[in-house]
Amino acid sequence: MTLISDEGAQELRPRSELTASELLREVASVLRLSEAEAAKLGDLPEDPDEDQTMVINMGPSHPSTHGVLRLMLELQGETVLRCKPIIGYLHTGMEKTGEQLTFMQGGTNVTRMDYASPLNNELVFSMATEKLLGIDGDIPERAQWMRMLLSELNRMSSHLLFMATNGMDLGAVSMMIYGWREREEVLRFFQKVTGLRMNHNFVRPGGLAADLPPGWRDDVLRILDMLPERLEEYDTLMTGQPIWRERLQGVGVITPSEALALGATGPILRSTGVEWDLRRHDPYLRYDEVEFDLIVGSYGDAFDRYAIRLNEIRESMRIVRQILDLMPEGDYRIQDKKVTPPPRARIDESMEALIHHFKIFTEGFKVPEGEVYVAIESPRGEIGCYIASDGSPTPYRMHVRAPSFVNIQCLPHMMRSGLVADAVAVISSVDPVLGEVDR
Amino acid sequence: MADTPDETIEESSELAEVPEPEMFGCPMTDSRGQLVLHVDRDRYLDVAKQLADEGYAMCVDLTAVDYSEHMERPLPSSVTAERFEVVVNLLDITHRRRIRLRVQVPEGDAKVATLFDLHPGTEAMEREVFDMFGIEFDGHPDPSRILMPEDWNGYPLRKDFQVGTIPVQFKGAAS
Repeated sequence: MTLISDEGAQELRPRSELTASELLREVASVLRLSEAEAAKLGDLPEDPDEDQTMVINMGPSHPSTHGVLRLMLELQGETVLRCKPIIGYLHTGMEKTGEQLTFMQGGTNVTRMDYASPLNNELVFSMATEKLLGIDGDIPERAQWMRMLLSELNRMSSHLLFMATNGMDLGAVSMMIYGWREREEVLRFFQKVTGLRMNHNFVRPGGLAADLPPGWRDDVLRILDMLPERLEEYDTLMTGQPIWRERLQGVGVITPSEALALGATGPILRSTGVEWDLRRHDPYLRYDEVEFDLIVGSYGDAFDRYAIRLNEIRESMRIVRQILDLMPEGDYRIQDKKVTPPPRARIDESMEALIHHFKIFTEGFKVPEGEVYVAIESPRGEIGCYIASDGSPTPYRMHVRAPSFVNIQCLPHMMRSGLVADAVAVISSVDPVLGEVDR
Repeated sequence: MADTPDETIEESSELAEVPEPEMFGCPMTDSRGQLVLHVDRDRYLDVAKQLADEGYAMCVDLTAVDYSEHMERPLPSSVTAERFEVVVNLLDITHRRRIRLRVQVPEGDAKVATLFDLHPGTEAMEREVFDMFGIEFDGHPDPSRILMPEDWNGYPLRKDFQVGTIPVQFKGAAS
């Protein structure tokens, strides 16, 4: 048996080793379609001779795979016949780690999954914990609006990162510098608010770690005033360019029914014309009190996914402007002694406060028995958190439904019978974050 | 639930007041306001199909829990607790509702039917559950490990898989 490398059964098997039905089954599995559906496709390539096809590896260390994603491609000439993503190179057992950390510490763990939108990860974990505690209705207004502000700014920074990498992958190399530059402006704001550029651990069960710093409004306004002009530049550089359009339009097409069957969410699902955004259709925080438009595509191709993300930055800016007007005064975290540590000043004057502080940070707080699944809209799609608690201060099981992990299943489907040169455009348009795929 | 003749009238009327809620013959519970359906392993695929016809056409998440250290968890009376639970979250986009299926999977025969034919998107998720818990999915087209190396021993997310069991070696340190 000719093994291509050492991952064994996880790899794409050579065509010669497969019987016809096995091949159909494997093609079906790689396509993520049932056997019956695959047979109906009818346009499966006529069994090419072994010497006409070639299996090549792309990755795991390849600049356009956004991390350590490995793709095995079976090519006939320049056409991709089969494709299989092989993942796990970044697997660090974060769900197992989540079982060792208390609910208090859990945020540090989940924030490292999708490192391009850490605040959304913290948010979904905190919301799941709050639901288990039964305090999800008591979170102060200011905390809710602050969470929304951070979540939307994070969506902007994540999509700006996508603009940078998508441009770079397709040869608009200067776009990389511009995208990173604008993202840095947002990250600078995060640094001022949370102390860190990434992996903030700022959204915590019960509210947030701290209040917004003085002058935050001016900082946000500076970003909002700067960005529209820069986004116009992106339009000039990419959206209107014939080369850019040639490269993306009609590439990596997926239909609404396929996207739904594959469980794809976020810009991939919306690019097919399906209106589905949890901010609108299953509102959390205070998204039902702000006005924004859903950006929906019509062709389901890579260009639609690019345009959706670009315009979602604009919609996020619109939401942030409304948040600036509507941000209420008040507490930034719930005043529930069970989950909230005492204020720093109290520790100096009260023994009880000191003991309380010590207990809450060493033992954590106990969370009632039960299980919940909470989902929010991250820049990549539906991020969900399933927590089962046995009544102790650590989650009995903590599972994160990572949008990239599910969305990456679309790759074989989008690449099938496309050109190998378009593979990069397709990977880029799915915008996977491998930290989240492998967890 | 046959009424025994020596039951008092009061008792039987109490029973009649609180019938165990159910859907498709499966006990249904409410977990923090979320709908949970406890499905028998044999009827799992069947119920998933019926739910898909009802509108729950999207499978957003499939995972599992190893309850070996927490066997006395609250479950409806007609459900026997087993070591593993496969947890499936379904979404109905049209009516904007969600439902969760919990399937009890015994340790000795850790096997369930695959949802692949119904929801192709569960392909990677089922492989992950197999990789992490050792639960097999009957009829899955590609039952290989997905995150761990192919030659890995054990299933990491099982409760009896201890963390820190791989000895750490330090280069040049005195042994």
